[in-house]
Amino acid sequence: MSTAGETGTMEVMEVMDKGRMRWHCRRGLLELDLVLTRFLDKHFDALDGDSLKALQELLAYDDTDLWPIISGRKDCEKPHLRGLIELLRAP
Amino acid sequence: MNVTKRTFDAVIVGAGGAGLRAAIQLSEAGLKTAVLSKVFPTRSHTVAAQGGVAASLGNSEEDHWHWHMYDTVKGSDWLGDQDAIEFMCKKANEVVIELEHYGMPFDRLDSGKIYQRPFGGHMSNFGEKPVRRSCAAADRTGHAMLHAMYQRNVKVNTQFFVEWMALDLIRDADGTVLGVTAMEMETGEVMILQAKATLFATGGGGRIFYSSTNAFINTGDGLGMAARAGIPLEDMEFWQFHPTGVAGAGVLITEGVRGEGGILRNSSGERFMERYAPNAKDLASRDVVSRAMATEIKEGRGCGPNKDYVQLDITHLPPETIMKRLPGIHEIALQFASIDALKEPIPVVPTAHYMMGGIPTNYSGRVVAPKGGDMSVPVPGLYAAGECACASVHGANRLGTNSLLDLLVFGKSAGESMVEDIKAMPGSHRDLPKGAADASLARLSRLESQKGGASVHETRLALQRNMQDHCGVFRFKDMLEKGVANILDIEQQVAQTEIKDKSKVWNTARMEALELDNLIEVAKATMVSANARLESRGAHVRNDCADSVEFPDGRNDKEWLKHTLWTRDGNRLEYKPVHLKPLTVDSIGLKKRAY
Ligand SMILES: Cc1cc2nc3c(=O)[nH]c(=O)nc-3n(C[C@H](O)[C@H](O)[C@H](O)COP(=O)(O)OP(=O)(O)OC[C@H]3O[C@@H](n4cnc5c(N)ncnc54)[C@H](O)[C@@H]3O)c2cc1C
Repeated sequence: MSTAGETGTMEVMEVMDKGRMRWHCRRGLLELDLVLTRFLDKHFDALDGDSLKALQELLAYDDTDLWPIISGRKDCEKPHLRGLIELLRAP
Repeated sequence: MNVTKRTFDAVIVGAGGAGLRAAIQLSEAGLKTAVLSKVFPTRSHTVAAQGGVAASLGNSEEDHWHWHMYDTVKGSDWLGDQDAIEFMCKKANEVVIELEHYGMPFDRLDSGKIYQRPFGGHMSNFGEKPVRRSCAAADRTGHAMLHAMYQRNVKVNTQFFVEWMALDLIRDADGTVLGVTAMEMETGEVMILQAKATLFATGGGGRIFYSSTNAFINTGDGLGMAARAGIPLEDMEFWQFHPTGVAGAGVLITEGVRGEGGILRNSSGERFMERYAPNAKDLASRDVVSRAMATEIKEGRGCGPNKDYVQLDITHLPPETIMKRLPGIHEIALQFASIDALKEPIPVVPTAHYMMGGIPTNYSGRVVAPKGGDMSVPVPGLYAAGECACASVHGANRLGTNSLLDLLVFGKSAGESMVEDIKAMPGSHRDLPKGAADASLARLSRLESQKGGASVHETRLALQRNMQDHCGVFRFKDMLEKGVANILDIEQQVAQTEIKDKSKVWNTARMEALELDNLIEVAKATMVSANARLESRGAHVRNDCADSVEFPDGRNDKEWLKHTLWTRDGNRLEYKPVHLKPLTVDSIGLKKRAY
């Protein structure tokens, strides 16, 4: 059981991480800006903890690696990110 | 209010190619150097560059910097400053080799030398035939450049402030620049970064257009900060467009699609290029195609509910050809136009790509402004390099692969000037003026308390639509006039934007509102400068300044061979002469720009 104080802290933590993740969707490649913005608008609020972690992992990729993966020209070597990539690709 | 202050020898705003190159110079000289960036350095927009960087290394065939200089002057439609162009073309080999030493993985010949490929507008022997001058690292040139230079900076102890947004320039009563105010996104705190020398390397501002190939971060922040601090912006009417960006998205569709047989059509399905270029049709040059598209749209033959785009049709091509020869196109059309390009035409519009104008500098990277009758007096303490600066090497039109060269040469040169100027200064910093952060704090508190204001999203959209419709690739007198009136109205809305999210940290809505303050300055400068320039030159083409015997291609050297300077205060315009005299060689005489 967690105390109110702990829950409060956790909430703040989560909001911070999501805000930061939202900013990390600002990229150097326009293609990624567009795909990630669409994704944020449609799915971001509903993501569970695991999906958020997966997103964070994906956002750490370089732009020139991420776009080939999202546009389907390259496979992602991490199986646990594939579900998220499908969501990102859905127009 | 008490604002935390941090002190450095040099502050660099921007960690793209230009900022990183300058920082190497400063840190290697042992100066305490801070580099700020809105995003992680290797996510700067330089990452998008694929074509390469120009240098007359002559690795595959004979080449010479003087030929490169000729091409650049001609490409600029003679608006480029020939001293700066000579400087850049001569320095090209040096900066490219340096980059190689920083670890840039250039493509190579069997001999081990850097491989070079041809690129539009780059010729040998003063315009005779195409030459191999572009140095690339596969299709990741920009990416590789950023990585090599970032690593180098880490090695020489450059201090990075990542996810910090510079807000305003600090100047004292004499006009000397003393640093910037900036916000750390993680805390929302505003700080003063005090410096003896401040460099803007904030990149382009292509987001002023509804259709732009530029990433969302390209909001012209350096130009906005300079304009608010009373520094003029140069030649802002000159923007390079690409004919086929996906409508509403901006993502480029390569020229290869028309090469494979793609056809442009208007709302009645007509292949309109037959009227404009009976022989070349859809394969006519970029500017001819762009202008034809703009004319169709202007005359009401555009497609869609707003009649604001034309269509690129490849549905008649065999699906195997599309999937084999144009692999990325099907995915791009699906992702960004939600259509299956095998079955439906792709909506396209001429799309803004590169900003030739910017903060005026000389070829040593020092920012210059008019003072007491002299049009180019250095602003003490301020430097600029890369796409945000106007040296001016691109004049009225940039040659491909010359902008990566620009940011290497002028990044380095600005860095060297900063080292020189800092070393000549007394040990201690000049005093900051009272209330050095007041302007920034006022902007933030206005946003905090604004009630009943306009939405940032809607206002930005109105701004972008206005620029696209009134100041696009082909400009019409009546539209330009209307566009100026509109943008002044939009400015009123920008001053009253309201954000719902008032959270302190990682507040993207607030960042976007602050960026809009910069976009509006870039947009006004562009609109007002374009409306005033009564000729066609390079990328600025007006319907009322057409080709004639007296003015070939509408270019009027008698009255308009000069740089525009727009100042924010009263939207004032002044003009300054083009430097037609190079450093050591003869001037490249005026000619019609024909290829
Ligand atoms: C799709 C595309 C392809 C291109 N291909 C080529 C090519 O092949 N060859 C070529 O020569 N040119 C090419 N160009 C043009 C070239 O890429 C750019 O002109 C160049 O990369 C700009 O570099 P920069 O260093 O000036 O700015 P950028 O790389 O845009 O960097 C700007 C930096 O400033 C920071 N910044 C901005 N505002 C602020 C602020 N307020 N506070 C803190 N930091 C801030 C950003 O975070 C970023 O780090 C291409 C352009 C596009 C759009």
